[in-house]
Amino acid sequence: MNLTLKIWRQPHTRAKGKFITYRLDDISPNCSFLEMLDILNEQLIGNDEEPVAFDHDCREGICGMCSLYINGRPHGPDDAITTCQLHMRKFRDGATIVIEPWRAKPFPVIKDLIVDRTAFDRIIQEGGYISVHTGGAPDANSILISKEHADLSMDAAACIGCGACVAACKNASAMLFVSAKVSQFALLPQGKVEANDRVKKMVAMMDELGFGNCTNTYACEAECPKLISRSNIARMNREFICAKVS
Amino acid sequence: MTVSFLQFSSITKKIWMALLGLFLMVFLVVHLGINLCLLRADDGQWFHEAAHFMGTNYVVKIFEVVLFAGFIFHIILGIILQLKNWLSRPVRYRISNRSVTPFLSKYMIYTGGIILIFLIIHFMNFYFIKLGWVKSPVPLLEGGEPDFYQGARWLFEQPFYSILYIVLMAVLAFHLNHAFGAAFQTLGLEHNSYTPWIKGFSTAYSILIPLGFSIIPLYFLIFS
Ligand code: FES
Repeated sequence: MNLTLKIWRQPHTRAKGKFITYRLDDISPNCSFLEMLDILNEQLIGNDEEPVAFDHDCREGICGMCSLYINGRPHGPDDAITTCQLHMRKFRDGATIVIEPWRAKPFPVIKDLIVDRTAFDRIIQEGGYISVHTGGAPDANSILISKEHADLSMDAAACIGCGACVAACKNASAMLFVSAKVSQFALLPQGKVEANDRVKKMVAMMDELGFGNCTNTYACEAECPKLISRSNIARMNREFICAKVS
Repeated sequence: MTVSFLQFSSITKKIWMALLGLFLMVFLVVHLGINLCLLRADDGQWFHEAAHFMGTNYVVKIFEVVLFAGFIFHIILGIILQLKNWLSRPVRYRISNRSVTPFLSKYMIYTGGIILIFLIIHFMNFYFIKLGWVKSPVPLLEGGEPDFYQGARWLFEQPFYSILYIVLMAVLAFHLNHAFGAAFQTLGLEHNSYTPWIKGFSTAYSILIPLGFSIIPLYFLIFS
């Protein structure tokens, strides 16, 4: 495959960035998107140029590190997928691919396509945990949990915190992420103890960091690689109302 | 008041937005009911009675204040929320978003803005006349009250105004279509069994109410 890449290049956070166009020839359609960028970087290094900085880690769709806004969609032109799982066969030969970093006020660009997603960690620090004493594991049946709730909680816990929801949302809202984290605990008895405090604090931090408001457009759900459902947002709203009135 | 509004959390603002929106939707049904009296061939007798009741009943008068407050806060909150949304992405994308989303959901602030302009025109044509701020284009009733039946006829017999009115009703339909379901989601009222019904009701409501309003100018245009 022969490709034209338009890639956002920005040396550091405060520098002014711009798009640079690269030509890349003879790429196998079986290459993953990140491998394609690796090939580009090898060529750049060979030419004594600065390679393109982009995030990645596991490269197997489980860590949430890879990002990239590709041709108008976070993680590119496929559903329920991370960028590391995207393959070049999803593009046509001769395609022009525009690659941008996640754009949101709380996600400043560190370099090129890498953004700082510490904002998510700060939200988690506000209550995305349960406080338990360490010690021997309690008997599995001592706290009964319905299968339905266990499943819903596990579905919410599938969130890998990649930030595609924020990147896709026209308001750069983090509601899907925060609601997944609130839900995974709120659905279980162990999480209920701190539920009220958790939802209030996490929402307050989300607002403080400058994420936008949800306008129920659901681009987040459409782009989530882990298929986190919008029903988590409704649950968080419920949790929030209950926490406020109780 | 506005200052404390700003301090509300994003979800609190949205909850108020949703509650006020639902309240305004109930009002639209009442308003439509009164407007449909215009269609009766009784020279406005029913319409005058309804308008008289709305203008004099104390419970209605209290609701009038609540209604105005509802409109104002719904608008102010909408603007505040939207400004924050714009600010949360200071650098825009080169390629605009191609995610598959419900089309109308992206334009609420714009449809809302158009409805606000309509509301101002509407006030000039009716409410401000009642307050005496604007002169009535048609003669007053015997008791010195404005004649809104003739006023409405006068407006709707002008093709430009009627067509503008119908176009604005279409915009209202777009606004309502997303608003109803979104309000339930914001209030956390989401359920596998009920949400499809809410969606269906939302579609029906958003078509029927603006359609009901549009029938009136069409009637006057055709039969005048
Ligand atoms: S690199 Fe880990 S999910 Fe893509």
